[in-house]
Amino acid sequence: MKYETVIGLEVHIELSTNTKIFCACSAHSFGAEPNTHVCPVCLGMPGALPVLNKKVVDYAIRAGMMLGCNINRTSTFDRKSYFYPDLPNAYQITQYFSPIATGGTVEIETANGKKSIRIHEMHMEEDAGKLVHDIKEGLSHIDFNRAGVPLLEIVSCPDLSSADEVEAYLERIKTLLRYARVAECEMAHGTMRCDVNLSVRPVGCDTLGVRTEMKNMNSIEAIKRAIEFETARHIDALECGGKILQETRRWDDVGGKTVPMRSKETAGDYRYAPNPDLMPLVLDADWIESVQATLPEFPEIKRQRYMQAYGLSLYDAEQLTRSISFCECFEAATAVCNSPKDAANWMTGEVMSLLNAQKMTCDMLSLSGEKLGELIRLVMDGKVGRANAKIILSTLFENDNLDLFAYAEENGFLITNDTANIERVVKAVVDADAKSVADYKGGKEKALMFLFGKCMKELKGNCDPQLLRKILCDYIAKS
Amino acid sequence: MKETKMKSILVDDMFLTTDMTTSAGSKMLDGYQSLITSAAITRAEAAGYTLAMKAPVGEFGIDLLGETCAYDSRPHNQTLKNLSAQMLWSGDVMGALCLDVNGYPRRVAAQSALVCLKPTYGAISRHGVISVAPSGETIDIFARSTDDCRNLFDAVTDSALKDATPIRRVALLTSLDTDMNVEVKRNINIAVSNLKKSGIFTTYIENDIIPAAKSAWNVILCAELCKSLARYDGIRYGHRAESFSNLDELYANSRTEGFGDLVKAAILYGSDVLSEQNYQTVYQKALRVRRVVAEEFANLFDDFDAVLLPACSQMIYAEGDLKQDKFIAFEENRYTAPATLAGLPAVVAGGVQLIGRTNAEHALLDVARILAGEER
Repeated sequence: MKYETVIGLEVHIELSTNTKIFCACSAHSFGAEPNTHVCPVCLGMPGALPVLNKKVVDYAIRAGMMLGCNINRTSTFDRKSYFYPDLPNAYQITQYFSPIATGGTVEIETANGKKSIRIHEMHMEEDAGKLVHDIKEGLSHIDFNRAGVPLLEIVSCPDLSSADEVEAYLERIKTLLRYARVAECEMAHGTMRCDVNLSVRPVGCDTLGVRTEMKNMNSIEAIKRAIEFETARHIDALECGGKILQETRRWDDVGGKTVPMRSKETAGDYRYAPNPDLMPLVLDADWIESVQATLPEFPEIKRQRYMQAYGLSLYDAEQLTRSISFCECFEAATAVCNSPKDAANWMTGEVMSLLNAQKMTCDMLSLSGEKLGELIRLVMDGKVGRANAKIILSTLFENDNLDLFAYAEENGFLITNDTANIERVVKAVVDADAKSVADYKGGKEKALMFLFGKCMKELKGNCDPQLLRKILCDYIAKS
Repeated sequence: MKETKMKSILVDDMFLTTDMTTSAGSKMLDGYQSLITSAAITRAEAAGYTLAMKAPVGEFGIDLLGETCAYDSRPHNQTLKNLSAQMLWSGDVMGALCLDVNGYPRRVAAQSALVCLKPTYGAISRHGVISVAPSGETIDIFARSTDDCRNLFDAVTDSALKDATPIRRVALLTSLDTDMNVEVKRNINIAVSNLKKSGIFTTYIENDIIPAAKSAWNVILCAELCKSLARYDGIRYGHRAESFSNLDELYANSRTEGFGDLVKAAILYGSDVLSEQNYQTVYQKALRVRRVVAEEFANLFDDFDAVLLPACSQMIYAEGDLKQDKFIAFEENRYTAPATLAGLPAVVAGGVQLIGRTNAEHALLDVARILAGEER
């Protein structure tokens, strides 16, 4: 019998606001000493009351709009109860009864073509702290720095049917939310986490099979392996007349398998209830419109615009729109140098290889587009040679405040076009290499390029190539 | 009386301060030292009041006379009621701030011939007060006179909203024909006649607000208490059991040892009404009743400016009455539940309770002068 896999995802995204969702503590504590970004609110001390961070709402609305969700005018905050030491109030503040956004679709593309994945709902909630187990001491420590960091949970409909589709879906969400500058979405940093709900049914069957939920996958690779393992496990059980239990399973990355965590029977009842400490969140039309007005262009639309308005190739347009940082740098550089094609070439060439050399992703680019534009302008105006411009760029990469002109001048990178000096260098090079001159005169074009290169090297690149070529040819003709 | 004492106040042990421990009358918070101070105390101090002492309170403020206080070592004939009243009557303090979760400050005021103002929900910040039932609890003002009460209220309120409509028509919520405690009935009769003498029209209006509000508030109170007290788990602060062999035992033993019987009963009941089986049929129903009660009040306020009812069903309890039967706390709160459930302001004076429109504190205190016998 042929089977198909039915997958729904619960994706948790850490929003990149400066402060936590219900207090003024910094939300960025990566690498900080444990329990240094905490206060009575996020520690669940008596008498401390939560105050909703407006920025979190802005970011949630932006994210919802990027995913095509309906933004609900009224949403509420609720308490989800369970006891665990990393949860200070013994309840998590989340949106259970009325989430901020519902509906929406994410368009994905895999080798099997295009597909729309429906979003069921999206809500805001607080993150919990972290337990750090010290096996040597036999103790568990709790770090509450992460407690109260804002999360967005995106719940999909069961529209996914393969590991590849899951990967495309996660990548798409990552791209869109990064475009909106609301989240980093990096699984390796824990800023994107994903639980997978999976069931299997015979092809053609229209009822859903019994599903299991998988947790603890820390990379896309792990998610794909877990889906493959779990699909095979379900099919095996069905083929052998076994039974799949509705349960939560933990992915064991080392063992490459899923193991039971808790079954439906023993699953906790979260005893959801409204949170009276937080009034319902009511968004007026002005608020929603003000967020809408700052929404970025979608990657596809940008790509089209780059091709139509700037005359870029599909390849260049795709390369540039891979990340919003890249787009912004390119657009700023273009505005200054007024040559989209040159800007695109620099971005996809030099800038990209500098990133690669430092093992950075496009998203990590922090180069000033204006400075890049100025640099391109200097090259276009014949003031700096291309080779020297590359050196300047790598310095600019380290220091965004670099004064390009002063730096070029200091380091002798400015093209002077001092004809007397060029003639002197040409004379010295040509006179010292009679063989190349003879080769050239004998019809070997390459010999001229060799001499040209030698002269350019002597001149440290600070020379208009056209001018050098003319002086060189003239001199050889005379000699 | 010395001038300094004129402006000294007391708070109950639900108010957090950084210079004294705060225990909410519970062993669970034995010796708890807060990092924050109650906003109401800060406001009072800014207005020139000084905090003289912290009075013990029944565990998490939900019992009726403070008998469940884990630290109550006073002799049996001296209840909390007497302590607060003594402090106020002796002039050692001129006012008191108490958290009203289940009506205990209003009950104490009625039984001690004091004035107590339960403000509109949200009129005084709950920041820095140990929260139990956040959707209804308020900070009540206790004093000997309506003027002291008004001054302290004005000093600590965050609200600039004032409904100044004078109270001219009052609806009596309880029929005097019902089987009522003699003293309670006498107080109501006196109140009605004093109001009438002052030209305030007063008449009985048949309704079922009281039993409906009591049942709904008990469900909501316990549900919210179970959530609010879940943070007292022995992990970060408060009581932690000495013996446990795993995490579940750490929780269970700490909470078993730390909480008293009444609080445990409320936690169990609250967990039950929020369970998947009961959420719709019990908890959500209570929320609906809350809306209905609010609507009934709104309807009454179409024709009347305030509502008169007792503050408690008996004026004197035999010592230990409340201690013996813990559930009496969920029965005897019936006269305080309506204002709490609807978030409306109420004033207790002359042993009776008057509920007014939202933000009508000043209008209520004006009439309280009549009820307290300050105007003759």
